[in-house]
Amino acid sequence: MNKPAPVTDWVHDFDHTDPRWTENPFPIWDELRAECPVVHTERFLGVYMPTTYEAVKQIAYDTEHFSSRRVIVRTVRPEITQSAPPITSDPPEHKPAKQLLLPPFTPDAMKKLEPRVREICNELIDEFINDSKVDAAARYTKHIPVRAIAHMLGIPEKDSELFIKWIHEILELGITDDDALVRGVNEMSHYFAGHIEQRKKNPTDDLISTLMNARDKNGQPLSDMHVLGSLRLLLIAGIDTTWSAIGASLWHLAKTPADRERLLAEPALIPTAVEEFLRAYSPVTMAREVMKETTISGCPIKPGNMVLLSFPAANRDPAMFPDADKVIIDRKENRHAAFGLGIHRCVGSNLARMEMTIALEEWLKRIPDFRLDPAGEVTWSEGTVRGPRQLPLLLGKQH
Amino acid sequence: MSGKLRIHVDQDKCQGHSRCKALAPELFDLDEFGNAHEAGDGIVPPGLEDKAYLAKSNCPELAIDITED
Repeated sequence: MNKPAPVTDWVHDFDHTDPRWTENPFPIWDELRAECPVVHTERFLGVYMPTTYEAVKQIAYDTEHFSSRRVIVRTVRPEITQSAPPITSDPPEHKPAKQLLLPPFTPDAMKKLEPRVREICNELIDEFINDSKVDAAARYTKHIPVRAIAHMLGIPEKDSELFIKWIHEILELGITDDDALVRGVNEMSHYFAGHIEQRKKNPTDDLISTLMNARDKNGQPLSDMHVLGSLRLLLIAGIDTTWSAIGASLWHLAKTPADRERLLAEPALIPTAVEEFLRAYSPVTMAREVMKETTISGCPIKPGNMVLLSFPAANRDPAMFPDADKVIIDRKENRHAAFGLGIHRCVGSNLARMEMTIALEEWLKRIPDFRLDPAGEVTWSEGTVRGPRQLPLLLGKQH
Repeated sequence: MSGKLRIHVDQDKCQGHSRCKALAPELFDLDEFGNAHEAGDGIVPPGLEDKAYLAKSNCPELAIDITED
């Protein structure tokens, strides 16, 4: 695969996979927002990017002109063969598909899962608590969401390395490498097909069986294709998103002793701080496909293009958030869009919030003192989901 | 002394972010899908006014209305 040309004009030729964007997108977004509420690039076969909260919100709410049938901006746009309802669904199919998934993810359902997540966090911390340094992305934040979702789905937590490989192929390599994407999707489908077959013989009470037992509005069971698509979605959406969000939160606390001290002194503030970390370091950028010509914030929008729906950039818009570039862990008013806006609100938002809160609580309880390792390098994932993939920390008091 | 506050969740706007329930659990109930409704008749008991406004100002969908009776 040829490397794309480096960007020299962000406003007319942006590339969200450019290493500078991956490393530190915030000044780039500020530059784009200062120029126009919607910018455009010819790269990736034509993509718009709304840069303001208002423009992002308008597009998220407008399912008439913007379809969710493609939710990742890639260099290729092959025929659509596999869907992952409800994230890739538009009205009217969207609502019934979404409603099947909502009950297992309510705040009350998450409370039942919380003790297992606390155990997972402590099992992970046990493995490095006696060390003086750790890569927190590789040994802590990466494993919490994957084990939690495996627990919910009723698949072995020990298969988590496999899940992480597929997700890397689909969300990162897949942007430019169609073979990697197809390989990831096929392997994942094959894996879940096996679990579905097992449950046809021996039903269980996990999320896979819940989906298999679900009935549509005509009283019919979902097709195996629908069940498989939703399972792929839950695994893909449930893992590196929250891995990224927990990682970015720990990264912030490692480099901001005042905020760390405050959360140690006031652990009840952690859920409020989690909302601010979600705003300031939102991991997830979605996409839409333009279906009909329209205008957004005065900018003409034409079919044939994709839209990079950057909730992270919306959350840094100073017109919506005072001191948008400051992380204020007790921010009172915080209508951030980290989990999206409108009908596609992330089905796992309550799960993600619970995992982030528990992961920070347990870490701070056992590792009150930590900082970035000056000898190491923090690296960030590219593309659709942004978060630390390497987070070298020094543990214990500074000597 | 001003009148009582009354909250209302617009069901067409609520998308189940459940921020209101987290911030003001006394004032909101969630249905089986996680969508929020005002608890009871929506009247805010004395002392919970700040929580009502906090919930409103954290709803990403602007689904919460507060009126004065």
